[in-house]
Amino acid sequence: MSDTIAAISTAVGEAGIGIVRLSGSNALDIGYEIFKGSKVQSKDEIKNRRLTYGHIFDGEKVLDEVLIAFMKAPFTYTREDMVEVYCHGGIISVKNILELVLRKGARLAEPGEFTKRAFLNGRLDLAQAEAVIDIIRSKTNKSMEVSLNQLEGSLSNKIKEIRDILLSMIAHVEVSIDFPDEDVEVATLNELEENAMVVKEKISSLLVTADRGKILRDGLNTVILGKPNVGKSSLLNAILRENRAIVTDVPGTTRDIIEEYVNIDGIPLRIIDTAGIRDTSDIVEKIGVDKARQIVNDADLIIAIFDLSRELTDDDKEIIDLIKNKKTIILLNKSDLPKKFDEDYFKNLFRDKEIITTSIASGIGVDQLEASIRNMFYKGEVEVKSDIVVNNLRHKNQLEKAYNNIVSFINDLQASVPLDCLEVDLKNCWENLGEISGDTVSEDILDKIFSEFCIGK
Amino acid sequence: MEKIKHYIADEFDVVVIGAGHAGVEAALASSRLGMKTLIMTISLDAISALSCNPNIGGTGKGHLVREIDALGGEMALNIDKSFIQSRMLNTSKGPAVHSLRVQADKKKYHTEMKKVLENEPNLTLRQGEVIDILFEDNAVAGVVTRTGAIYKTKAVVVATGTYLRGRVFMGEVNYSSGPDGRFPSIELSESLEKKGFSLRRMKTGTPARVHSDSIDYSVMEEQPGDEEIVPFSFLNMDKKFDIKQVPCYLTYTTPRAHEIIRENLLRSPMYSGEIDGVGPRYCPSIEDKVVRFSDKDKHQVFIEPEGLDTKEMYVQGVSTSLPEEVQIQIYKNIIGLENVKFMRPAYAIEYDSIDPTILKRTLEHKEIKNLFFAGQINGSSGYEEAASQGLIAGINAAQNIKGKEPFILDRSEAYIGVLIDDLVTKGTNEPYRMMTSRAEYRLTLRQDNADLRLTEKGYKLGLVSEERYKKMLIKKEAIEKELERLKNVIIGPTEENNKKLEEIGTTQIKGPISLYELIKRPEVQYDDTASLDANRGQLQREVRLQVETQIKYEGYIKKQMIQIEQFKKLENKKLSPDEDYSLIKGLSNEAKQKLNKFKPDSVGQASRISGVSPSDINVLLIYLEQRKRSVKSND
Repeated sequence: MSDTIAAISTAVGEAGIGIVRLSGSNALDIGYEIFKGSKVQSKDEIKNRRLTYGHIFDGEKVLDEVLIAFMKAPFTYTREDMVEVYCHGGIISVKNILELVLRKGARLAEPGEFTKRAFLNGRLDLAQAEAVIDIIRSKTNKSMEVSLNQLEGSLSNKIKEIRDILLSMIAHVEVSIDFPDEDVEVATLNELEENAMVVKEKISSLLVTADRGKILRDGLNTVILGKPNVGKSSLLNAILRENRAIVTDVPGTTRDIIEEYVNIDGIPLRIIDTAGIRDTSDIVEKIGVDKARQIVNDADLIIAIFDLSRELTDDDKEIIDLIKNKKTIILLNKSDLPKKFDEDYFKNLFRDKEIITTSIASGIGVDQLEASIRNMFYKGEVEVKSDIVVNNLRHKNQLEKAYNNIVSFINDLQASVPLDCLEVDLKNCWENLGEISGDTVSEDILDKIFSEFCIGK
Repeated sequence: MEKIKHYIADEFDVVVIGAGHAGVEAALASSRLGMKTLIMTISLDAISALSCNPNIGGTGKGHLVREIDALGGEMALNIDKSFIQSRMLNTSKGPAVHSLRVQADKKKYHTEMKKVLENEPNLTLRQGEVIDILFEDNAVAGVVTRTGAIYKTKAVVVATGTYLRGRVFMGEVNYSSGPDGRFPSIELSESLEKKGFSLRRMKTGTPARVHSDSIDYSVMEEQPGDEEIVPFSFLNMDKKFDIKQVPCYLTYTTPRAHEIIRENLLRSPMYSGEIDGVGPRYCPSIEDKVVRFSDKDKHQVFIEPEGLDTKEMYVQGVSTSLPEEVQIQIYKNIIGLENVKFMRPAYAIEYDSIDPTILKRTLEHKEIKNLFFAGQINGSSGYEEAASQGLIAGINAAQNIKGKEPFILDRSEAYIGVLIDDLVTKGTNEPYRMMTSRAEYRLTLRQDNADLRLTEKGYKLGLVSEERYKKMLIKKEAIEKELERLKNVIIGPTEENNKKLEEIGTTQIKGPISLYELIKRPEVQYDDTASLDANRGQLQREVRLQVETQIKYEGYIKKQMIQIEQFKKLENKKLSPDEDYSLIKGLSNEAKQKLNKFKPDSVGQASRISGVSPSDINVLLIYLEQRKRSVKSND
């Protein structure tokens, strides 16, 4: 018996097809459950290791038109039962299908886990062992890095807030269990229920936002850089006006920065707008060189704006320095006003970068910018990091588990199930959320107990 | 100093140093497993001394006692002979956390255990102070006593409790001493240090004992024992206990007592910095409580008898290291203690302990063969925690000498497993106390099923008697039969049945239902359903309890069993102590360092070492598989 794992096996982006892969003892059953073929009416008609045409269903709803391959152990990559779903490329379809199989009981694969299983089950030979270790190592490091990057900011704060409530609930339950003689204020069942309701609401609203994309930060990490009044917010507004804004008004990773999500012809962009600091001086001064460098480093794409109508300032030079080695589109803005420097200066400085002359205020050049982003994307010059999508799914998956656990806690509490059983759901919920923020140390619970309650003989 | 003349006094398989709760279990286990065993104690009058609180059991701890019993240890049997009040705690909560706690007659507990030791055929009981342990080629060779005797031995269990370089503190007064006025053991500390052991200081404390006649019980709340007495030992489940239980009393400190403490805080060695030892957080001194929880204007105080033949009363909740004169003033400001007469003052005691991460899960030293440590020297606290370790150390000393498999309980099998795994894998910064919240698999590790979990293991070791083993088998069979039977007792929605259901206080049924399903309802007890069950046999209370618990919590227990299965997978992947982790490519540097230091015995244990990440564990798994295959291909 092995638990069933699932993952997106193709790079995420505007590719023709995407592959979702499952492996483990329930892989075939999950596959049968979500797939209906037009020519195959029952699962017995599906042939082993043959591509079958049909649709993936989430209940009654069709998720995608696919080819699917069912492969029985042991003649598979992992030597376990496997299913591969070939669906439409891009982010939406693969993500929906992966989410579906996770709901049906599969677990999100850890980095390199398919390969690990292949090796442990004897599929790969000894010489490949080191390669397997390398894969696990590098993928883990990369995904950890990405995961941590994502977590700075609002999501981790919200998770922490919920975990604090849970921790306090657990501590109250544990105190009443482990120190029944003590003169401590034991939480009443009503209080526990009230708190659990709050937790449920909070997780539920995170899940809703997750679906809307506020938390699932998929997309090209795009940063708009420029000194004050250069036209950053005008550009953002212009892009938002013309394109479908997925989300607006999201407080970003720091208070100084605003994030917006837009979708340009199917290319998802997460725009980090340093215009969030527009009322003060420049980005570098406000948030510090290190932080600015950090943002620039994490970006997949930078749009740097310079003001043709003003002399280049120290701020500009700072920005020129920052973008040197980054994938950048340079906008020379305010071309409708008298020029204070020549465009050739930039053309000489950045021979390999795209330079567009714009007048954002009058709507000139925005189309060209968008075309340019599209080009770069389809040529593969910039890409959406698939790790980010996976991590987002991991988070959402954990949020769902946490939600189910707190709901089960509330139901059991109302059914008068004893505390020691109830506590299991509570602790699981706390741990699910900890998986997102990266901390699940159970010693926390004892610390909480001893710091909050006067216990002892 | 004159040179002592040594002489070879005798030769043993196992020598146990110390006859406290760890020592006696170690010595009994080893001698019962056929080892010629010597147990040494500084004082024969201190055997199994309950030097602090006069009770045994409680949450988590009660579980340990039941497990010791199921494995063939002595603690449960001994307390069943000597308890003077019995209470099952947490009965309003689920069965997993029901915890038995009893008041002990301290003197009787000691006398009864001494008798057991005296009557054990393979066991020699000696008063004397061990001052050195002899090693040859990184293995134990013997012990040396203060009087010059050398006992040759194959194994040693060090169970020195709070005696090692013990130092007692009361305000400005402090002196070298063991617990309760006994001699400390100082030379053994020194010789261990000379051999390269690093010792560290721990601290604990105990309240004053006061004269019963000086207490005004009329202003206190009486706390009687339970009407129904449940014994600790599974062997005594059918036994009638015809004892007259004595009550405890609950009272409170007053604001004036807190004032006195604050005024005198600087006279406490804890606050003046004279004590370096770390004390337990769950067992704070009264000055700690007053300082840390300054908003509380009263704290609970329990008055507990020390025994039937004495008027000494234990004042639980007021342990302190303040000077004696201040102690008396504080106690006089506890409700009902206005005229209190002290018999023994409260004190704090500091003692040497080792870092338990140098031990294997058998409690054997990782490098020195057949050197075992058990009890407070390992950084634990509590009689039950000590006894548990003693039992495991004693068993493994015998197993080692016989060349048999080590005996290790894992975290999914027993609280004892949790206790030892925590100590040797995570180490501890304060005296470690068992709590049910430390056990991941609390719902399956219940005190009521300790026999079902462990007796067979004890029987296979040879520690459990035929009688005990049979008892467990009979109980197990009765439970299984009854569970099966209840699945097949179907009741229909007749008027009569629904009336009975109403009487039980549960909703009526519309279709047929088995009693098994009915008992799953939280409000329905097994015993309630007797009126619906014409063919119900007369079953033992223990069996009825198991049946009810296993039905009611089936869903939760099943969930936990799945987790345990996952846990076991990694636990069963064994690692050799000779592994050099620095040679394994792909491990992080921190993991290499930690793994080389800890030398875990399984991948599971490795995964619990701080600093070893999940991807390091993956690397280890790949590595193990890689090695397994290259061994095969070389065959």
